[in-house]
Amino acid sequence: MTDLVLDTFLLSRIQFAANISFHILFPTLSIALAWFLVFFKVRHDMTQHPVWMRCYRFWVKVFALTFALGVVSGITMSFQFGTNWPGFMETVGNIAGPLLGYEVLTAFFMEATFLGIMLFGIKRVPPWLHTLSTLLVAIGTTLSAFWILALNSWMQTPQGFEMIEGVAYPTDWWAIIFNPSFPYRLIHMLLASGLSASFFIMGLSAYRLLKGDQKRAPLKTLKIATVVVAILAPLQLFVGDMHGLNTLKHQPQKIAAMEGLWHTEKGAPLVLFGLPNEQTQTNDYAIELPYMASLILTHELEGELKGLSSFEHTPPVKPVFFAFRIMVGLGFLMILTAWLSAYFILLKKSQPTLLLRALTCMTFSGWVATLAGWYVTEIGRQPWLVTGVLKVEDAVTSIAPTHVGFSLTLYLIVYAVLLVAYIHTVFRMAKKSVAVDEFEVAELPVTGLEAKPVEATK
Amino acid sequence: MIEHYLAEIYVGLMGLAILVYAILDGYDLGVGILLPMKATEERARDIYIASIGPFWDANETWLVLAIGILLIAFPKAHSLVLYNLYLPCSIMLFGLILRGVAFDFRAKAHIDHKLAWDRTFKAGSIITACAQGYMLGDYVLGFQDSVQSAAFACLSALGVVAAYGYIGSCWLIWRTEGILQQQAILKARWFGRLTLVGVLLVSFVNPIVNPGVFVKWFSFPFSLFALLLPTMCIVLFVVNDRLFKLMPFTNDDKPWLPFSLVIVIFMCCFFGIAFSFFPDIVPGELNIYEAMSAKESLLFLLVGTAIVVPCIIVYTLMAYFIFRGKASDLTYH
Repeated sequence: MTDLVLDTFLLSRIQFAANISFHILFPTLSIALAWFLVFFKVRHDMTQHPVWMRCYRFWVKVFALTFALGVVSGITMSFQFGTNWPGFMETVGNIAGPLLGYEVLTAFFMEATFLGIMLFGIKRVPPWLHTLSTLLVAIGTTLSAFWILALNSWMQTPQGFEMIEGVAYPTDWWAIIFNPSFPYRLIHMLLASGLSASFFIMGLSAYRLLKGDQKRAPLKTLKIATVVVAILAPLQLFVGDMHGLNTLKHQPQKIAAMEGLWHTEKGAPLVLFGLPNEQTQTNDYAIELPYMASLILTHELEGELKGLSSFEHTPPVKPVFFAFRIMVGLGFLMILTAWLSAYFILLKKSQPTLLLRALTCMTFSGWVATLAGWYVTEIGRQPWLVTGVLKVEDAVTSIAPTHVGFSLTLYLIVYAVLLVAYIHTVFRMAKKSVAVDEFEVAELPVTGLEAKPVEATK
Repeated sequence: MIEHYLAEIYVGLMGLAILVYAILDGYDLGVGILLPMKATEERARDIYIASIGPFWDANETWLVLAIGILLIAFPKAHSLVLYNLYLPCSIMLFGLILRGVAFDFRAKAHIDHKLAWDRTFKAGSIITACAQGYMLGDYVLGFQDSVQSAAFACLSALGVVAAYGYIGSCWLIWRTEGILQQQAILKARWFGRLTLVGVLLVSFVNPIVNPGVFVKWFSFPFSLFALLLPTMCIVLFVVNDRLFKLMPFTNDDKPWLPFSLVIVIFMCCFFGIAFSFFPDIVPGELNIYEAMSAKESLLFLLVGTAIVVPCIIVYTLMAYFIFRGKASDLTYH
């Protein structure tokens, strides 16, 4: 077991991880980006001020590209279940199937169809219908998150079913959808999307300002995204903590791996950093805060926390432990950046170059934090595919490893190229927009709440 | 009452999704297959791609629905089919990724890279169509592992490329004008003839290799009714071929006519294959009743389906109404 064998099982796991990691990048941005677009469009409809249309036009293009990457990688995902993990659908298909089905029916078609109207229809439909299309796309992306997170959460904390001859049968759909970890995971993920999209907007807007863009639109989007992160970043910390407490209740072994807690303890310390050592079952070079883990997780100094050694099935500790620290570390960095930005951009009405550079560097910080968070929860579920019901190793296909190796190579090459092309293209679009002229004064509305030209205010 | 017919209802829904997919993504894949590649034809490429711009994304969703229904309602068949079609399926997904992203990158990339993305779009469309045709051929022969079946699957791949090119060129006859329309008419003629050869080929091989299929089609008196389907199909091919000689009509009258006829041809082919194998879902191995998943799950999903599918049809029609007319008017804002 110690030497690395590239068998179908391992290759399939790598392939699924690669696919889903690549896929989640794009919905993470597009879910919240769609709501930003709704906001820009509604503001435009209310004020008729052209700056809102400028915000909309730039970001709708970025959205279209992001969405397209989400769609194509999502189609690939929908085939993975059958191609590599037939045991999943054969065992829990009666539950997973309808949830996936509702996602396709209620979300995918609506998003795809109204996206067409949103992108190409502005001159062909009345303004209200265009705004409605934008809204429906946003609702579609969010509904999609709702269904897929319901399924993922059910796999973490399954309920509302019975097993008959090794196959799961639904008994209570309400219990299945609203399983214990679902509300926390849904809110945590939607906030992650909000933060990722906001940092994305801040990053590209800051980049435009750095490149000498004097127009109003990039400053406007920078300000709006700053307001959003200043509120969402601390909120995410709070929601993440609640999600953690929920995990402690339902999947304590995951928490033990996250905290690097090897043995059951009262008054367990919080391990800030260390190197988990599976052989000695300790953390090497650990920096610890005494009693803090117990205090955070049980709200008592002497609260008892179960260690990894007390569970029959435990996840691999190192990836969960490190991914958790990356996520939390980035979370704190985001709060810091958000509040600094709010201080300078909103209160002092200035945009220091250093801050703009920092924001540009953080353009894709949401991606890293989101991926780290998903690695915590997904690796932390191992060895189970569906907790207590089905193990990952029992769901894998019997296809020859060479075949899986072939498809994996194909996907990895494509994904690497696309990721580079995507990042390159969004920055190029930002750069290109610097040269675009500001809207004409004639475009300004005669009256408008937001857009009073200076001379109009007597 | 309804729970006794769940297998039939879901196989009907899946059939509908596959048919709609073949027609809708068929034409947009076809447009990709036909994309003119000369350096001087950039304007033509823009119009070609503009003609499918608002639709391709929703078109591909029908594939997700079709594979989704197979997965949800007939999980055993889903595993079996994808087990046998692992490689062509991976290649199809590769093609779909290429064309999907190329579509968006071409509009945003640096002008030097635009041609490269156009090539990617065309290559992705051809790869996707070939892979789908290969899978169709393999499926019809019941996943045999032999040289003959691979050869047949390759021919079927060419047939599907031809069929998508056919429906794609008819779409372009409808959505373009002037010189582009004339070129599309010429392309439609040739792709139509190739498609006819492909259809005849599959129609002859299918009953020969599948004895059950032979009995179904040629047992009296049913065959009288059943043979109407291929007859109608061939007549439509011929009618369309004559039409291309006469088109475009004065004032560009009825430019949608060939496209509509090809839709009927696709329907004939689809019902031909469906009739051959029903109620088997994996030919000779598994029927829909054996492969079906739990009734509770199918009923739960059916409620939503009954509400949502009519809505999907309505707003899809609305989108086609909004984006009616020639593609040259379409702009990406």
